[in-house]
Amino acid sequence: MFENITIGQYYPTDSFIHRLDPRTKIVFTAAYIVMLFVINNFWGYLAAGVLLVVMLVTSKIPVRYVFKGLKGIIFIIVLTVILNMFMTQGDVIWSWGFLQITKQGVDTAVKMAIRLVFLVVGTSLMTLTTSPIDLTDGMEACMNVMPGIRKYAHELAMMMSIALRFIPTLLDETQKIMKAQKARGAQLDTGGLIQRAKALVPILVPLFVSAFRRADELAVAMEARCYRGGKGRTRLKQLVYERRDVITYTAMFIMIAVLWGSRYFPLDVLPTWLRG
Amino acid sequence: MPIKIEHLGHDYAKGTPFEYRALKDINLEIEDGCFVGLIGHTGSGKSTLIQHLNGLLEPTSGTVYVDGRDIFNEKKDELYKLRLRIGLVFQYPEHQLFEETVAKDVAFGPRNLGLNETEIDDRVREAIENVGLDFDEVKDKSPFELSGGQMRRVAIAGILAMEPTVLILDEPTAGLDPAGRDEILGQIKKLHDERGITVILVSHSMEDVGKLVDKIIVMNDGDIEYFDTPAEVFKHTKHIEEIGLAAPEVTYLMQRLKETYLEINDSIFTVEGAVDEITRVLELHDQNPSLASAQETGDADV
Repeated sequence: MFENITIGQYYPTDSFIHRLDPRTKIVFTAAYIVMLFVINNFWGYLAAGVLLVVMLVTSKIPVRYVFKGLKGIIFIIVLTVILNMFMTQGDVIWSWGFLQITKQGVDTAVKMAIRLVFLVVGTSLMTLTTSPIDLTDGMEACMNVMPGIRKYAHELAMMMSIALRFIPTLLDETQKIMKAQKARGAQLDTGGLIQRAKALVPILVPLFVSAFRRADELAVAMEARCYRGGKGRTRLKQLVYERRDVITYTAMFIMIAVLWGSRYFPLDVLPTWLRG
Repeated sequence: MPIKIEHLGHDYAKGTPFEYRALKDINLEIEDGCFVGLIGHTGSGKSTLIQHLNGLLEPTSGTVYVDGRDIFNEKKDELYKLRLRIGLVFQYPEHQLFEETVAKDVAFGPRNLGLNETEIDDRVREAIENVGLDFDEVKDKSPFELSGGQMRRVAIAGILAMEPTVLILDEPTAGLDPAGRDEILGQIKKLHDERGITVILVSHSMEDVGKLVDKIIVMNDGDIEYFDTPAEVFKHTKHIEEIGLAAPEVTYLMQRLKETYLEINDSIFTVEGAVDEITRVLELHDQNPSLASAQETGDADV
């Protein structure tokens, strides 16, 4: 049941992308996401897609593994496509009763679907190649240079790392509790909607109890070690930029230039609905 | 319901970098009414093995026969019915309590069996009393206001109320004080003796296992090292230590005594047995003073 969730799951292997400084990866991913929404025609998407494939290959992560993460959001993609297709005003190309599909609708729907897929694959590539600890270290470093949230950078990063740290624990716990209740004859996958919702009670109650217990234990353990926030806190691992980070930042500026530039090349070889 | 396992293997997270072979090639036969102890160090595959017995985990390879039927070849609801007859108490079972009152929580299992209300009430009362709690005192309490030991008992009662033919307990005494441990184990033993059910007890404690069970399964790295009576298993003290376990303290004592008293029987694993054996040997010495003269310089005054 939980095998399909790859978001926030680190895939340990050794590759150029794995070794990058987490700050580099965060900045690069952020730039990539922004560019996905700047792009407005086929050439842009093609370039962004090629870039994604290159990154995928460099990361040495099995493609199968990356796309498993997409399964979870298929519903959202389909919903976005349908809503965009039917709700956008414009030149009607098909209609039935009050339903109508417009040229502009199809155009936005296709773009949104591509954007969502690229977005999810791009971000899961970051989380797959960065261990949760590196990730939060990087986030903290990035937040530390932002004037507004600088004050809370450490606390936010700590909260995030604790949350990430507990995702697998709670998933494990859920599975354990499900098994325990199954052993007592609970039927989790049969019956109607109401019956299934009711069957969740024996799982959710112990899960919440255990989450609170764990939170309490963790808080006590942190206090016992005199944790008092980020002020004056030193770190075991300092983040240092290497040559590969410089290369990646250079690549990022080239990416921005290319993808931005693609806005000015809406070529005519394409069907009209793909053009911006 | 005899249990027979043939070439059972289990891989966790198959096809990911976290793939891990938890069980290698398990062959096992457990007869009806047997009290079996399952021991092994952390990560040796004990918990994985027992979850195959009631179909919660599916084997990667091999077959599990319960009552002569290959349980993973049965229809879904047949497997479900079978699961109801094999009671599995997980580690720290108090973490699975969820109802508003103790009585309701214990009734969850019997209710899933589809029994009528009077029968459920009877079973709940009996099960709660069977784990050494006062039914009238605890029945309306929230399970979350009980002490850790009491919660554990309520959770075990939740399985007992289903009256399983095979009862599997995964370290039922972990984290309990000695008094609570002895009481829970005593009640399990009593249930076994009275009802003749099969009991599989997973444990770290050789003391507990040694004095309770008919047979011991020793697991190491997903394989079965020994499956024999405690007397036979504890003869291999050295190998048992090599795989991260230990024989009961009293067995070590008897082995030390054997260095001095050659005629002593050192495959003993209960304090009661040790007392009898030491008395026997001492009496033997009293009758034949010649036996002792050469040896009594050792650790005689036990």
